[in-house]
Amino acid sequence: MSTSLRNNEHVVLAAAAGCLLLAGTSLAFYWVPNAPVEGFRQRIFYFHVPIALTAYACFGCAAWKAYRLLWTRERRYDLESYTAVHMGVIFGILTLVTGSIWARTSWGHWWVWGSRQLVLFLVLFLFYAAYFMLRYSVEPGPRRANMSAVYTLFGVALIPISFLAIRLAEDLVHPVVFTHDVQNRLTGSQLLTFLVCLAGMLALAGSLYANELTGKRLDARLRELREALQ
Amino acid sequence: MITARRLGRDFGLKRVLRDVDFEVPHGGFLLVTGPNGSGKSTLLSLCAGLLAPTAGELAVEADRGEIGYLAHEPLVYRELTALENLDLYGRLYRVPERRERIGMLLERFGLWEARRERVASLSRGTAQRLALCRALLHDPRLLLLDEPYSGLDHAGARLLDDELDSLVGERTFVVATHAPQRVEALATAALSLA
Amino acid sequence: MTYLGDVFALARKDLLLELRSRDTVPAMLLFVVSTLVVFHFALPSDASATAETGLLWVALLFTALLGLVRAFVAEREERVLDGLVLAPCDRSAIWLGKVIGVVAFLVAAEVVALPAYALFFRPVGWELVAAVALADLGLAAVGTLLAAMAAAGRARELLLPVLFLPLVIPIVVGGVGASATDDPGRYLAFLGLYDAVFAILSWASFEYVVTE
Repeated sequence: MSTSLRNNEHVVLAAAAGCLLLAGTSLAFYWVPNAPVEGFRQRIFYFHVPIALTAYACFGCAAWKAYRLLWTRERRYDLESYTAVHMGVIFGILTLVTGSIWARTSWGHWWVWGSRQLVLFLVLFLFYAAYFMLRYSVEPGPRRANMSAVYTLFGVALIPISFLAIRLAEDLVHPVVFTHDVQNRLTGSQLLTFLVCLAGMLALAGSLYANELTGKRLDARLRELREALQ
Repeated sequence: MITARRLGRDFGLKRVLRDVDFEVPHGGFLLVTGPNGSGKSTLLSLCAGLLAPTAGELAVEADRGEIGYLAHEPLVYRELTALENLDLYGRLYRVPERRERIGMLLERFGLWEARRERVASLSRGTAQRLALCRALLHDPRLLLLDEPYSGLDHAGARLLDDELDSLVGERTFVVATHAPQRVEALATAALSLA
Repeated sequence: MTYLGDVFALARKDLLLELRSRDTVPAMLLFVVSTLVVFHFALPSDASATAETGLLWVALLFTALLGLVRAFVAEREERVLDGLVLAPCDRSAIWLGKVIGVVAFLVAAEVVALPAYALFFRPVGWELVAAVALADLGLAAVGTLLAAMAAAGRARELLLPVLFLPLVIPIVVGGVGASATDDPGRYLAFLGLYDAVFAILSWASFEYVVTE
């Protein structure tokens, strides 16, 4: 596990993330024309949706690692799954923040129960925040790894079920359903900007993930060495 | 039957077992000694399959139904009677002729009169005898006993001596104890955890 | 067949223990009725049907939590759970046996809670009863698994609610929807879907929660 700068493919990923995000931000603010209905405020779409999709990707990755842990019982998957959940929660918080900003600029409120995406992310955020409480409360070891993995898999099942529940709840609670006026088809420039931002966010998540994972692995290695020396 | 190579187990940051090597053949009797906190109970839990090693390897050639495990705690429900506890375990372990076997064990360990009493109202020594019945109920091939004599009075200890004498050689044993004198004669190997 | 035999032996054991000690169900009964009374004082006099129904579901949810916190207490004492896990039976049988017990406790609490609700607030229709029945299965399935997780950690009475609540939000939606709208079928079907998905998931993953 090399940590030297020259051999590290993680540096390439970080550099790519930086470039893509820089490009994406520039495109989103300067190049893409204003959206017909919403105008300038709509540009936050180019951040909010890629961040949301990246959060989903992180949770999905975490669930995959969790499944691998339970299937192969290899311990390294525990750390990988945990780090992926951590990334997912970070991007989840960002989703809530950008979503809230967008709601404020579009409809005047910092929070709207009528926005399905926002409510879904709130539920997921609570769920995965509880994940950390679970990990904190159980002693490190194979048992904690197993339980974390099972919980992560439950999260993935919760995503579609929660979404269905939120949709069903709309008829109950009768809020005005807030959807952003995103046209069904994005124009060429909009699509390009969106994709560049999406790629940038995914690269950012990947880069942060690799960074944190390496850091945690180093910690673990250090602990092992210290133990061996005693 | 049991092979351990560089076996280790951590609990969080605390390393309880480190680099333990031993082999127990079929019919062998491994005596495990060591001071408090040296990991004797952890070793037995590992052999039983309750814990997984965090370092090294451990191979146990026995299925779950062939292992009899005696821990510090009696592993019985406090609010159920002795009979009810053994009946439940008897079902779960698919013990053939369950009633007869339970009756026989209760008699052998002098628990027949107390069989309908709640475990919570039993004395420590009586509960320990019940725990022994539970461990022996399904006639296991491999017996993992953690301080089997603790809490037993003189009579109880004699009963256990007799039981061990009758089973030694045909069954495989791993016994952890503070007071090895009682079982030293039966042991084919010894492991001292520092 | 021995699988079901194991399950029933374990469920019988839980019911027997509760019959002897009688600590969980009476507490749940008292708790749910007290909660309903508290809700009367918390609601304005012109509260809608949906609001009252919603609060019933909140009461049921927290009553379930009360019961679930105690679900593995007997197994934690004396490390009995280790004894059960060591047995050659399928570990999921432990889960299923426990779920049957939890559902029984919930039903016992609801036998009192629903009439009390009808007395204090508004009549109870068949849709509400059906929704409660389906919800019990989901709450028990998910709750038992989470209770086993929480039991392995510190601060388990605090941990279980935190783990439980986000997961059962869909049950509240389904339950309130079935009892307070014109189209209960949709919501009952949704509850059924929730039950199926999470029961299968819990059944399959219980093994991993109690072993290493």
